[in-house]
Amino acid sequence: MKVGIVVFPGSNCDRDAFYAVQQITGREPCFLWHKETELPPALDCIILPGGFSYGDYLRSGAIARFSPIMGEVVRFAERGGFVIGICNGFQILTEAQLLPGALLRNAQQRFVCRHVHIRVDNADTPFTTAYQHGQVLRIPIAHGEGRYYALPDVLADLEANGHIVFRYCAPDGTITDESNPNGSVANIAGIINRRGNVLGLMPHPERACDPILGSVDGQGVFKSLLHYFANVGV
Amino acid sequence: MPRYRATVTITLRPAILDVQGKTVEQALHALGFTTVEHVRIGKHITFELEAADRSIATEQCNAMSNQLLANPIIEDYRVTIEDVEP
Repeated sequence: MKVGIVVFPGSNCDRDAFYAVQQITGREPCFLWHKETELPPALDCIILPGGFSYGDYLRSGAIARFSPIMGEVVRFAERGGFVIGICNGFQILTEAQLLPGALLRNAQQRFVCRHVHIRVDNADTPFTTAYQHGQVLRIPIAHGEGRYYALPDVLADLEANGHIVFRYCAPDGTITDESNPNGSVANIAGIINRRGNVLGLMPHPERACDPILGSVDGQGVFKSLLHYFANVGV
Repeated sequence: MPRYRATVTITLRPAILDVQGKTVEQALHALGFTTVEHVRIGKHITFELEAADRSIATEQCNAMSNQLLANPIIEDYRVTIEDVEP
């Protein structure tokens, strides 16, 4: 299994993602500079990491979306390659229209940086099979623009097809307004595309992979990937 | 080719909560401007461009807005074009 991690100017979770992939999967990932126009051969998964690509100018992710490498990322996703966008990476995926909806300024107008609880609402994706359906994870968030928004028909479609993968919840797994840290519609923390190969989420699983960081609940994302590729024999 | 000065004004769509606008509205109320309502904050982008005529300039500005300057899922935009005197 080969994972590539894109580095944009302003990415700041690229090394965390590298470390997590290396530690959890035992496979050596590689960095992909945003100016590259070709992907290395035999790549299985691309991670768009968190950060503040291009200073969040105009809108978060709006400029990064037009980085030279993004054309390749879009073609990779269209061929069925796996793509994970974390935090700023999620914002870039919505701007690039690889995922529906958009991410707006947090409802309470503040940057939020703390551990939150999220519930796994779909454990049947290649990114979540290491979790149980309904499992509650404790994972950090760190964003100012994480309020997920989609038009009502798009939202209905996400709900009906199980494309909402993670939702903010109380520690016991109930979905409440109090447990929603940014005002996201339907407490959405992460979604997957129709084809099931592109995942976007605001919480940072790569920052919850080592006991020294206070939670290992993020490991499942990388374990799931490893399990998937072990089974398809890559 | 004639030169034009374009202004693109971008605002969140009316259905979307504008938290910046809300916060500024509360601050205005605290200053005593108690009748203020519906504060919305947007972006104001200006630039100059060359085009064969005004309608082509407008068309180009609309294309720029749809592709980059605004996100049509969450934002509305308005383009105005003025002549730049040579």
